[in-house]
Amino acid sequence: MKKMSKWLILALVLVSALVFSGCNQPAPAPAPGSDPETEGFQPVAKEDLKVGIIYIGSATDKGWTYSHDQGMLAMQESLGLEENQVIKKEFIDEDSSCETALRELVEAGCQVIFGNSWGYMDYMEEMAEEYPEIIFSHCSGYKNNGINFNNYFGAINDARYLSGIAAGLKTETNKIGYVGAYKNPEVISGANAFALGVASVNPDAEILFTETQTWFDPDLEKSAAISLLDKGCDIIAQHQDTTMPQIAAQERGVFSVGYHVDMAEDAPQAHLTAPVWDWTGYYTDTVEKVIEGTWEPINYFGDMADGLVDLSPLTENVAEGTEEAVKAAKDQMVAGELKVFAGPILDNEGNVAVEEGLVLDREDVDSMMWFAFNILVQ
Amino acid sequence: MDLNYLISFIYAVIVAGTPLLLATLGEIITQKAGNLNLGVEGMMYIGVASGFAVAYYTKNPIFFILAAILSGALAAFLYALLTVTLKANQTVTGLALSIFGTGFANFVGETITNTSPTRTAVLDGKLMSYFKPINIPLLSDLPILGRLLFQYNIFVYLAVLIALVTGYFLFNDIRGLNLRAVGENAAAADASGIDVFKYKYLAICFGGALSGLAGAYISVITAGGTWTANSVSGLGWISVALVIFAGWNPYKAIFGSAIFGALRVLRFYLPRQSFNLPNSLYGALPFLVTALVIIFTSIFNSKEIQQPAGCGVNYDREER
Repeated sequence: MKKMSKWLILALVLVSALVFSGCNQPAPAPAPGSDPETEGFQPVAKEDLKVGIIYIGSATDKGWTYSHDQGMLAMQESLGLEENQVIKKEFIDEDSSCETALRELVEAGCQVIFGNSWGYMDYMEEMAEEYPEIIFSHCSGYKNNGINFNNYFGAINDARYLSGIAAGLKTETNKIGYVGAYKNPEVISGANAFALGVASVNPDAEILFTETQTWFDPDLEKSAAISLLDKGCDIIAQHQDTTMPQIAAQERGVFSVGYHVDMAEDAPQAHLTAPVWDWTGYYTDTVEKVIEGTWEPINYFGDMADGLVDLSPLTENVAEGTEEAVKAAKDQMVAGELKVFAGPILDNEGNVAVEEGLVLDREDVDSMMWFAFNILVQ
Repeated sequence: MDLNYLISFIYAVIVAGTPLLLATLGEIITQKAGNLNLGVEGMMYIGVASGFAVAYYTKNPIFFILAAILSGALAAFLYALLTVTLKANQTVTGLALSIFGTGFANFVGETITNTSPTRTAVLDGKLMSYFKPINIPLLSDLPILGRLLFQYNIFVYLAVLIALVTGYFLFNDIRGLNLRAVGENAAAADASGIDVFKYKYLAICFGGALSGLAGAYISVITAGGTWTANSVSGLGWISVALVIFAGWNPYKAIFGSAIFGALRVLRFYLPRQSFNLPNSLYGALPFLVTALVIIFTSIFNSKEIQQPAGCGVNYDREER
């Protein structure tokens, strides 16, 4: 009996090995003739176009990846692409599985490949070098090889500042919770932008910042939010990938500010607003240019004027006067009069973080490691 | 630090520990039957997804709980079929079950959310109201005790009750004794007339059912009735560690789950001014503590706190 089952398992393994190896067709040789370095890219017939994207999370996460997927879906619809012309790969980690996924997309014949996580940067750069005829477009990093690899991101901190206004006007305990993933420049600059927005309308309010050490952990994110509520916060804002902090606020009967996408449907009684991404414009524009053969390796940094970042519609939970205050600030931002990180700004240890008359540029923001004066790190 | 804050902390600890307790109790019974089922994470996922799907379409709380329990038990039945009858390697089968469960849950969740235009799936409000913190007139309103004892969701009370019942069963019931005999030495148990295969199958399925129930907890309590991909995110593995920490004892598992729950939320409640430990340390604490328990029990060579001797070894009658 024992021997027989051993043979059975061996046979199963062999059969499955055969089956799986069948999937690994060798890559088609790159089409000869076009040399993007000198001639730019050839136009692609719309029927022949294949668009690939690798996602760090699930397209249904109601967060970061969801916002990208909504953009892809809208692009697909407005350009009239077939379902099988857009190939998506979800839950791709920032390790060698990223390279594997990129190779699969190359083998599937994609002419343009997107990636939505910081850690894909170096893998995409390498692949771009290996396949100069394919366009690689990477979200949230900074690299660009001047040939077929560019970068795209946006000024989400502007929208965060506006969401801070909504929170600052709403809070009654003057304590606002902020569930952040990590203490890294992206999260810290976001929290600071939010805190400065709060301070612009409510100088007495404090922001209690806590860190979960994960982008995505429903249980921990919710526990973190509950701990902030237990400390007396009556608003919860978040820089996380699930809607759990919103749900924690709703269950406690207080209010919340979402992130990435409009989370009103997930926590209708709590949600005030959310800084949101709308990638539709960038994806549609980029894929259009790929079809026309006019794509160029230029980095893209969208803002509120472009519509890449925005504030989701204010719900009826917001305090009176929020709409006017937000609109005034937004108009100033779009006109270029209001900059989030314009001095003087003190940090939470009393030092001058930004001198009077100075405005931080993107590089400063991308390396920010100080917390604004009204943030209490938990 | 005021009293209310302390009570809030304890409350958070209990809420965080309950899914761990449920899954751990199931795994204790499974291991007591001599089977190491590393599929806890997967069975929890299967419970999450099946429970959610049934609750989403039927809006019935009873069907919801039943679906979560039965799907967990069914997954465990497959594990039992492979390991008890077909004698496949227990570790590998359990790991495969974990991987399968994760994928299954995301597949089910995605199928449901894809049917909604906003890709959000939220459970019916009336169904959710059954799983709110309970409210017993008078008792729940007591000043301190009310919040400490009488304001949890029903799963918390159910989990403690199951722990007490399984503890009694294992240590005070003849069938519990039989089960332990099966786990320690299946051949001897078989020789004494115990139906080894029946005990193994039932224990493993019971373990799966409790994992499924833990999944139900995650669906409606942790995730608050909103579909969330990857919602178990490692709780199953912590439960496996908790089995060792609790020394395969359901009574100790109650306190063990509270300690592990505390380790999970401690980082958010400790005042940063006095305990400025790196946050990444806290995620490792449950496993660190478990490692310490293993070291200590092996140093003192405790006879009581040991994994059942037959755990991990398949019983083959013909090789007796």
